[in-house]
Amino acid sequence: MHDHHDHDHDNELDEMTARVRALETILVGKGLVDPAAVDAIIDTYEHDVGPRNGAAVVARAWTDPDFADWLRKDATAAISSMGFVGRQGEHMVAVFNSAGEHNLVVCTLCSCYPWPVLGLPPAWYKSPDYRARAVREPRAVLSEFGVTLPETTRIHVWDSTAEIRYLVIPERPPGTDALDAGALADLVTRDSMIGCDLLRAPA
Amino acid sequence: MNGPQDIGGRHGFGAVIPEDESVRFHAEWEKRVLGVTLAAGALGYWNIDASRHARESLSPAIYYNASYYEIWLRALEILLERAGEVSADELRAGQAQAPGQRVDRCLKPDAVAAVLAKGGPTARPGPAPRFRVGDRVRTRNHQPKGHTRLPGYARGHVGVVTLLHGSHVYPDTNAHFEGERPCPLYTVRFDAVELFGEDADPTLSVSIDAWEPYLEQA
Repeated sequence: MHDHHDHDHDNELDEMTARVRALETILVGKGLVDPAAVDAIIDTYEHDVGPRNGAAVVARAWTDPDFADWLRKDATAAISSMGFVGRQGEHMVAVFNSAGEHNLVVCTLCSCYPWPVLGLPPAWYKSPDYRARAVREPRAVLSEFGVTLPETTRIHVWDSTAEIRYLVIPERPPGTDALDAGALADLVTRDSMIGCDLLRAPA
Repeated sequence: MNGPQDIGGRHGFGAVIPEDESVRFHAEWEKRVLGVTLAAGALGYWNIDASRHARESLSPAIYYNASYYEIWLRALEILLERAGEVSADELRAGQAQAPGQRVDRCLKPDAVAAVLAKGGPTARPGPAPRFRVGDRVRTRNHQPKGHTRLPGYARGHVGVVTLLHGSHVYPDTNAHFEGERPCPLYTVRFDAVELFGEDADPTLSVSIDAWEPYLEQA
């Protein structure tokens, strides 16, 4: 599934494809990189590790007060108890939205993001546009996601400048009392766990 | 360093373009960059701070014109050249011209899951923290030529310590292979008006994570 190429000459590669292929060819030729390991890494983040993990954490926090309490006190331990561990999630903090305060996560200096619970960061999260503006004008940024917060809601932006990774726990939508944790997790969007979406009750 | 990466609060950038969470990559080559970067990390020539520093040391003209995976790829080439594992001639030719050195550390497919699950925790034993939750602190006017994680917009401002994280590896030295020198790490919260002036959103506050050498008593 290549992007927007309409020619079919295999030897006419776009610049970036050629560049990474050259480097991988060199490293494999030297015995420094095993292409099957590269495949396994890609497969992990393409198919296994993604935002449904975080959605399960959020749904459990909504339905299990003891777990929510654990998440507030030691998010690293609480999240790892669900099997979500490892690279870029070594030190976790969960921040809870409330009626009075909304949390938003950014990494102004690079692209720090909680991989074990949200997967790889989306392109916009890594873009200079988001990184420059999220700390100064989050309401304008949120409007680009179709989100408008009440004028009196306090906004707390978390700039991930160290190895602490932040997971936003969005508010549970009204009218969801009858839903179990699995159905609740389906309501939780990736963007809501970054702070860029508000959740709605199921239609 | 006051490099192209340090853009928090800067003006002139454009709209954020949301996308569906099912989109994981925008091109096949991006997948290879991710995989090769992580696999090459297993060779042990650099740490996460050194790799970030290689990315932010790209010239601003290149940095701002590159997608994030292109930044990763360019930095990876530089890190491998610096390690002596890849030469400029090889990159031009696209072929290996000399054997690899750390072939014994080549990441094997059956080790991938364990390596990713292990990650790279940065918490370390370290000195007792000088500040406590609730303390008012001022960030130093800390502008090293080398790597730092104190963003420009948050220098020289007064905030409140809200979280203590124990001691963590200090990126300013670790990026330059001058030792991990663990020191206390804090979350410090600032009012946006303090950071961005009187026209800033009065409902907004911003937190950063700051190592103790970035801070002084306010």
